[in-house]
Amino acid sequence: MAVLVYAESLTGSIKKSALEAVTYGKLAADALGTECIALTIGKADGAASLGQYGASKVYNVSTADNNFDSQVYAAVVADAAQKLGADTVVFSHSSTGKSLAGRVAIRLEAGLVTSVLTAPTNGFEVKKGVFSGKGFATYSISSANRVVTIAPNTFRPNASGSDATVETLDVAVPAGRVKVTGQATVDGVVPLPEAELVVSAGRGMKGPENWGMIEEMATILGATTACSRPVADIDWRPHHEHVGQTGVAIRPNLYIAVGISGAIQHLAGVNQSKVIVVINKDPEAPFFKAADYGVVGDLFDVVPRLNEALKKFKANN
Amino acid sequence: MKLLVCVSQTPDTTTKVKFSADNTAFDTNGVQYIMNPYDEWYALVRALELKEQLGGSVTLFHVGPKENETVIRKGLAIGADSAVRVDAVASSATFVAKQVAAYAKAENFDVVFMGKETIDYNGSEVPALTAELLDMPFISYANNLKMEGNSATLSREIEGGKETMEVDTPFVVSCAKDMAEQRIPNMRGIMMAKRKPINVIAAVAAEDLATIVRYDYPPEKTGVKLIDPENMDELVNLLHNEAKVI
Repeated sequence: MAVLVYAESLTGSIKKSALEAVTYGKLAADALGTECIALTIGKADGAASLGQYGASKVYNVSTADNNFDSQVYAAVVADAAQKLGADTVVFSHSSTGKSLAGRVAIRLEAGLVTSVLTAPTNGFEVKKGVFSGKGFATYSISSANRVVTIAPNTFRPNASGSDATVETLDVAVPAGRVKVTGQATVDGVVPLPEAELVVSAGRGMKGPENWGMIEEMATILGATTACSRPVADIDWRPHHEHVGQTGVAIRPNLYIAVGISGAIQHLAGVNQSKVIVVINKDPEAPFFKAADYGVVGDLFDVVPRLNEALKKFKANN
Repeated sequence: MKLLVCVSQTPDTTTKVKFSADNTAFDTNGVQYIMNPYDEWYALVRALELKEQLGGSVTLFHVGPKENETVIRKGLAIGADSAVRVDAVASSATFVAKQVAAYAKAENFDVVFMGKETIDYNGSEVPALTAELLDMPFISYANNLKMEGNSATLSREIEGGKETMEVDTPFVVSCAKDMAEQRIPNMRGIMMAKRKPINVIAAVAAEDLATIVRYDYPPEKTGVKLIDPENMDELVNLLHNEAKVI
């Protein structure tokens, strides 16, 4: 019974999160002693490259369009799983994957675990973060079929092997009831949930006019910018940049926090970052307790100095 | 508009999380419970706003034992008209979704509201499970919802931006930040809530297909390494050579 990965391509081409999902699918397939196959829906440029990340075959349902309706897509994925003899279905833990996983789990009478951090072991046990990063829980799925979504930035895609052939899969596509009327994304920036490097700033910046040096740091590093809740609430920064309990939860490789004190609600959204750097003039700021590296100093001196050091580093590396 | 709002109870945000000695259960000793913030601030308040604008009713739905009625009373105090409590422990997302679907199927709700996730298990599972069981369209992570007749216009969070869509009732929506503003119950609401009905019903049978076998604590931070603010080359060097993240 194969592992089937739904590889997202809502914008018409395969997303980075889909490469991570296939990377996980291959790990799971190896653990379960089976093969990993990938499914794409609608236009999916780059689908053949999924072979390089571990998919032995790639299927495409070309009769569906790229307008996302969870009801339609769930029907397609569940039918494909049955047609292809898959008992494990893998999604990215994204706005798309999270909307689909539950629906597909019902259709396949499958146990569901979301945002998993490990390949299955011991039958089908997988680990995930709970209590907003304050603990981990290991779940065991007892049903014959299983559905999981995988945490972003956890399974690093490494291309090896060769392209897979893409076959058209004939699956009935039901009529949708949701009409997508528009999509607005910021171009040329890695979205926060997918970003490996994040530079974030808070009220210590004193005003939106001072954000130039934060943006400069992000540009030098190729990082995505984020902010704390108060800063988004007073409109110094756009709402989609807000990370924390009520905003976006992220787990980048590097999180640099500038002028953010580190309230528990903020930490809940960022405490799964691999490395945290805190720059704050208050040595008592709670954020230092959650940090790996800390700089106690005035951010208006420290950040320009750090930017110079980063530029020098980038010029030599 | 006949609106259903599903609310769950979660440990307070500031709870120090502890597990039982054998790490197989969440230690509830001394834990303060609150209504899941996404359910309260966004799902419930937006439903109340729509009722105020278009008329109709707002019913709360909760799966949990009698002691959880404090949370239900708060929802009634904020403005819901009545509540339904399934007298059972919410043992898994699938179990809860099956309770919602079993109740909602016969009641013809126009919109089923939920929060985008709970802040304890962060699963984000119940809304999609419920939508499929009810065979309804589902909009996740909605941050805006407007109704005109039986048509809704929504926007939702997607990675790095937003998506807008239209859908007719009935549908399921999971609510995120910006959907509405938190409301604090006033004294009149608290008094009125005492007289509002809570209809207690028995659970329908549903198997847990995924169960927790073990908990772990996150690895302890080894302590912050402080860097001289004059020496940012040192920080860059550590990020490159020690942490290996740049």
